[in-house]
Amino acid sequence: MSEYRCPECGYTYDENKGDEHEGYAPGTAFSKLPDDFACPDCSVRFKGDFDKL
Amino acid sequence: MKGYTATLPDGEAIYYVDRKRYLWTLSVIYPLQPFIGIWLHAETGNEAWLLLPIFLGYVVNPILDWVLGEDTNNPPEAVILQLDRDPFYRALTYIVVPLHFVSLIGAAWWAGTQSLSWWGFLGLAVVAGITSGLGINTGHELGHKKSKLERTLAKIVLAVPVYGHFWIEHNRGHHRDVSTPEDPASSRMGESIYRFARREIPGAFRRAWAIEKDRLERRGKSAWDPNNQILQSMSLSVVLQVGLLLAFGWKMIPFLIVHNVFAWWQLTSANYVEHYGLLRLNDENGRYERCQPHHSWNSNHIFSNLVLFHLERHSDHHAHPLRRYQSLRHFDNLPSLPSGYFGSYLLAWVPPLWYRVMDKALLALPHIDGDLDKVNIEPEKREMIFKKYAESGSASS
Ligand SMILES: [Zn+2]
Repeated sequence: MSEYRCPECGYTYDENKGDEHEGYAPGTAFSKLPDDFACPDCSVRFKGDFDKL
Repeated sequence: MKGYTATLPDGEAIYYVDRKRYLWTLSVIYPLQPFIGIWLHAETGNEAWLLLPIFLGYVVNPILDWVLGEDTNNPPEAVILQLDRDPFYRALTYIVVPLHFVSLIGAAWWAGTQSLSWWGFLGLAVVAGITSGLGINTGHELGHKKSKLERTLAKIVLAVPVYGHFWIEHNRGHHRDVSTPEDPASSRMGESIYRFARREIPGAFRRAWAIEKDRLERRGKSAWDPNNQILQSMSLSVVLQVGLLLAFGWKMIPFLIVHNVFAWWQLTSANYVEHYGLLRLNDENGRYERCQPHHSWNSNHIFSNLVLFHLERHSDHHAHPLRRYQSLRHFDNLPSLPSGYFGSYLLAWVPPLWYRVMDKALLALPHIDGDLDKVNIEPEKREMIFKKYAESGSASS
């Protein structure tokens, strides 16, 4: 389980926690997020732009 | 006045004072403008005073922008973090939220309880509408932030103009799709503001609803669940407007219709001028290139920026959507509007005049340099525009 961070705004997706507000259950792998996943906070960085921590 | 100190990488110490710090209170008091008209009407008995805020907005504002000119000052990069975190600036955005309710209720009370002529009544409804349009600007600043408090305040203030879907549509839709033909909130070359409004207003609502529906479906909920953030804000709108109807009677029906339409029209006008004709090109993977500073029109005119929480420094806003208004920066050689937003709206409302000024400015931008393939063009006008500029020899394609 890893964390991935948006390089623009710092939003962090933690696979352990998921993102309840966005509808991603705890344990959802980053790779399982939709292909068109955009940063929930800034929307100007996409799945491929995120940095693995 | 409060200052910030920082040390540059080369060891030099700097001290920065934000000279606009207290001037930002203009963004807070400006939404109280209906009361100037109401007070002067009460004092003199002359209903024409009710229209004063229209005159202030579209005659005095552009003149002040012209007279006071542009402000290109930037806070140094080294103090941006301190400036962003200074609670003074965010407090202003909180204080203005209840003032929007006070303004609408005050204007509705005057319209509902005084015997006004039809034009005085209509004028006051228009004034209330353009004032609530400023509420969309407040909701914009708040809705971009991460904190629960600010997002809640965004939903609350957007209830005044009945535009609760705006912050979802804007953050999750417009920022993603800006300056592409897919974006209902980016205007195209050759598209008049009246045509744009018919694409933008329904398009924005549909996109917001789709985004929120997707999110709720992922959570296993229906689109009509109480967690729907659009419905939360809209419910407050219903309470507010039905409350005004019950308090001041049937006159509120025409009053609120005019109010709502003019509030939305403010946002339509802002959206229209912010990205006119600008186009993100495809990158090597066939995706749209990342939004660049040259994909937004800007204005550094100081007065209109001070009443709009720096909205007109639009390129930096798109580069860094969460950056707070006080920290937005100016950059040289950006696409620049001929006036602040209020003056630019006047131009936009007269399409032949808008095209005359802006089509020329658009094609002269360094990254376009007359190449119509790098412009977001209204499809129905495409042939006509290509013909016009090919004949004049100013298009390279
Ligand atoms: Zn982000």
